[in-house]
Amino acid sequence: MANTGTPLVEMRDISIAFGGIKAVDHVSIDLHPGEVVGLLGHNGAGKSTLIKCLSGAYKADAGEIYINGAKVDINNPRDAREYNIETIYQTLALADNLNAASNLFLGREIVGAGGFLDDSAMEAETRKIMARLNPNFRKFNVPVSALSGGQRQSVAIARAVYFNAKILIMDEPTAALGPQETQMVAELIQELKKQGLGIFLIEHDIHAVMDLCDRAVVMKNGHRVGTVNVNEVTDEDILGMIIMGKKPPQAV
Amino acid sequence: MTDTPTHAPQGSDAKLGPIARFIRDTELDTRMLGMVGALLLIWSAFHFYPIIAGLFSGNGLNMGAGLFITPRNLWNLSVQTSMTGIMATGMVLVIITRNIDLSVGSIVGVTGMVMGIVQVNILPPMLGLGSPVIWIITALIGIVLGALIGAFHGWLIAYRAIPSFIVTLGGMLVWRGAAFLTADGKTIAPVDTTFALLGGGPSGSVGAVGSWIVGILGCIAVLWIIQAGRKTRTKHGFPQRPMWAEGVLALLGCGVLIGAVLVVNAYTWPKGIVDAYVKANPDVVVPEGGLQISTGFAIPVLILIVVGILMTILMTRTRFGRYVFAIGGNPEAAALSGINTKWMTLKIFSLMGLLSGLAAVVASARLNAATNALGTLDELYVIASAVVGGTSLAGGVGTIYGAIIGALVMQSLQTGMVLIGYGDGSYRMIAVGVALVLAVYLDNLYRKKTK
Ligand SMILES: Nc1ncnc2c1ncn2[C@@H]1O[C@H](COP(=O)(O)OP(=O)(O)OP(=O)(O)O)[C@@H](O)[C@H]1O
Ligand SMILES: [Mg+2]
Repeated sequence: MANTGTPLVEMRDISIAFGGIKAVDHVSIDLHPGEVVGLLGHNGAGKSTLIKCLSGAYKADAGEIYINGAKVDINNPRDAREYNIETIYQTLALADNLNAASNLFLGREIVGAGGFLDDSAMEAETRKIMARLNPNFRKFNVPVSALSGGQRQSVAIARAVYFNAKILIMDEPTAALGPQETQMVAELIQELKKQGLGIFLIEHDIHAVMDLCDRAVVMKNGHRVGTVNVNEVTDEDILGMIIMGKKPPQAV
Repeated sequence: MTDTPTHAPQGSDAKLGPIARFIRDTELDTRMLGMVGALLLIWSAFHFYPIIAGLFSGNGLNMGAGLFITPRNLWNLSVQTSMTGIMATGMVLVIITRNIDLSVGSIVGVTGMVMGIVQVNILPPMLGLGSPVIWIITALIGIVLGALIGAFHGWLIAYRAIPSFIVTLGGMLVWRGAAFLTADGKTIAPVDTTFALLGGGPSGSVGAVGSWIVGILGCIAVLWIIQAGRKTRTKHGFPQRPMWAEGVLALLGCGVLIGAVLVVNAYTWPKGIVDAYVKANPDVVVPEGGLQISTGFAIPVLILIVVGILMTILMTRTRFGRYVFAIGGNPEAAALSGINTKWMTLKIFSLMGLLSGLAAVVASARLNAATNALGTLDELYVIASAVVGGTSLAGGVGTIYGAIIGALVMQSLQTGMVLIGYGDGSYRMIAVGVALVLAVYLDNLYRKKTK
């Protein structure tokens, strides 16, 4: 894919530290419409922290974020939502005591006359989207604490997909899923890509990255090792980048 | 619905007993049923205790000795519950969001004192003694002051990251001290005569007709809620409750309401007050056997009912309520969903302060005086009410009606201990303390079973 136009997202020279630890150290990444960019690296490499700067969960200490070429200020999750950035967090970020519909619409509830919540409308919408994402899902009227890990994951995915995101961040979206559900998420990613979304996919499974992603960014100890087009490299090249921090000649 | 539990085929109904099926079809909250059951048990225990005790002491069976389940006592109970009940509805929100407010009793004290000074020393010279707007201005000042104090606590907790336990512990001391300083420890009495009506008492009640109006409006509301519920379920194609279950719910709801009206109307004005009333109104005809005037619902009870309804709507039908639960369930998830959790915390504490100010209106009106000790130890009863009513200290769980029933349970224990002759503080405190721990223990067992 030729990435010539203005990138959908560009994160330039992002740095963030917690106490003395430089979790992300001068990292730049970009994302184009209809592109899936994989983010790889060992545990604690700084992947989640980096994308949290885009989703508004953290504020970067230094660096700039551009959306469609325009510099933006993302100070909180609400700002990110304004730019149609949706996130599936690694921790799923669900309120355990609320049901699937309340979680899906949290912060963006459907209200009816007089500004009162329209819970039945929200449940009906939730049933519709879940029928598409996870047809076996039945537990609509119980708190999500009563759901299995995979069921919770599908609620988190439904929440990110429902609101017509333009930029989707998926932090290990298949971590708790069975093979069939993982396959469905893969198909979903391809469908969303066709619709022109840009997707950041954090994923430890290299085969999944090779299948789904256009480019892969590898991080190590808060640094960016390099970025590769996945069709120009082998599994071993990427493994070498993750484990040894060895940059193959094709990488930029 | 003709299959019996033992011979039923392997359906979804097969393993359920008739009671379980009844509860499933009516969708009644089993936790609430448990609480109401406990309440009735406590009432009967206190009612029959003198009778049974009489039996053992050799005085024989004395059926007239039961004092608890009488119109007079139940009416008193309703008035005494209203003050803690009003605050308990707010404490639910505080506890759901994993906070605590130890300052509510002291906020009652300081707002009560300020209202006393306003209506006795400041407003009458400006507006004339007995001016009809004094009570409104006074009550508004008390309520707004409470809300401001609460907002200040909330600001310290949310924006200065001081734990709520510490902020409100400090607040408890500070505002109690401030209550003393407002009038150098003097008691201010009597309050404005209209204001005093807000505290209940025979003239601060709505009488027989007023109570029937309240009861019938309540019944209409029950029917309307059931009807509206059916309509939305139809609209979205969700399964309906069976008709018989709707009928049972309607009968239960209206039955409780009408029962309450009958009880408060059966409590008639005490003789002294009737005599004074007849003297003041010489043209009333006194029938043979004396004039019987039904007291009806006391105004503070109506205030509690209105507060309870508004708070229930707030918690179940608005974004604000949804966010309260979300913050309690997972504060991080709530923040990541774009909820401004700090601003929410400030608003929740402000609401708690507002309700404390309202409770101070009721308390000082009922006492017909403002004293700096008003509301002392209330924070503990308010927290206990919310917790007994099923609000979980782990956060995320709680209901408004639960807290009100909890307040009724706590008040019943206190009143009951007095009625059976253990009114001196020590036994009463022991009973209340034991009940609190027991209630939370039973609630834990219940939650484990229903998980
Ligand atoms: N809120 C925080 N406070 C302190 N340190 C943090 C915080 N969040 C992340 N870190 C640290 O920053 C570093 C990067 O963490 P991050 O969660 O981004 O890793 P990751 O690449 O997503 O790892 P994983 O594959 O395990 O999810 C780690 O050393 C982590 O301990
Ligand atoms: Mg991570």
